Amino acid sequence: MAIEGADIIKAAAFLGAGLSMGLGAIGPGVGEGMVAAKACEAIGKNPNEAGLLTRTMLVGQAVSESTGIYSLVIALLLLFVV
Amino acid sequence: MGLGAVGAAIGEGYTAAQANLAVSRNSDISGDIFKNMLVGQAVAESASIFALVIAILLLFLDVPGVSYLKAAALFGAGICMGFGAIGSGIGSGFPGGQTCTGISRQPAVSSRLTTNMLIGSAVCQTPAIFSMVVALILMFMDFGQAPLQPTWAALVGAGLSTGLAAIGSGYGGGLAAGASCEGVARQPETTGQVTTTMLVGQAVAQTPSIFGLLVSFILLFRSFPESSSLAAAMALLAAGISTGFGGIGPGIGNGMAAEGGVRWVSRNVEKAGELMRIMLVGQAVSQSTAIYAMVVSLVLIFVV
Repeated sequence: MAIEGADIIKAAAFLGAGLSMGLGAIGPGVGEGMVAAKACEAIGKNPNEAGLLTRTMLVGQAVSESTGIYSLVIALLLLFVV
Repeated sequence: MGLGAVGAAIGEGYTAAQANLAVSRNSDISGDIFKNMLVGQAVAESASIFALVIAILLLFLDVPGVSYLKAAALFGAGICMGFGAIGSGIGSGFPGGQTCTGISRQPAVSSRLTTNMLIGSAVCQTPAIFSMVVALILMFMDFGQAPLQPTWAALVGAGLSTGLAAIGSGYGGGLAAGASCEGVARQPETTGQVTTTMLVGQAVAQTPSIFGLLVSFILLFRSFPESSSLAAAMALLAAGISTGFGGIGPGIGNGMAAEGGVRWVSRNVEKAGELMRIMLVGQAVSQSTAIYAMVVSLVLIFVV
């Protein structure tokens, strides 16, 4: 098995892409779950404001999602650009 | 096995702690609580028993024709089951603990609570069962003609994918089941709706481990052309790592959302429909990162 410089770079880039997306998905997943749990609590307490609370939940989750999207972008860059 | 035991120990410890609290609160029915604690712990234990079975098989398996490929498969089987048992062990502890607390508060509904606990913790076990299936396939499949490079990476990746993804789903399913046992104890008349919400929430929390299983099966059953490059092997290993780790967070997050949904359905049952809707919307958003991770894995397997 001949291992050359270019091959090592490709291998490292693939491994890096997997790690980037895999580990990067943990935080947003947990964080968005917390937001959703609190939104359920708030709607349970005050169902009249359900529309407002849903909107707030989605905005909060979208912000929390951003790091997941950064990870995805980095993974795709590593896969297709490097 | 070591990793698998960690989860079961934490889960059973939680159940026992809640049982002690429950006995101190209402010592007249300590027998009932004790019985329930043992049932709950037995379920939490089953994940580590799966791990023990796999570990014993790995130790005593008679491997004909030792090859590097078989070694990679056995290594993959071990990590798959070890990681996979963590989440289910911890997760099954939550319903057990909440049921003990519930019985001390409402001894009248103890049978309904135990039923609910068993349903909830059985669902928590599914990720551990997925891991066991993948581990057994890895141990007993014949990889005869497959080229060592890059198949070894596919086998280890298959183990990582299901094993790691099962952590989140097992734990998350447990959060939902714990909240539902609490809910049944507080408001026994809402049992039906609480159990339904729990099952819907757990089903969604289960999806990351199903993604993990899917990627594992692709890695296991697709034959890869022989290649001498390191990059081809690393792409397959990374595919397993991506879906595996990527499943942890969404699994836990979906479980948290389900926990919130179930808890508030039991307290405010007239709004069950609205709560179910918000729970599902929240879970769908939380799921997105697991889907990104799966997309990256599929790109790694099929495109690059």
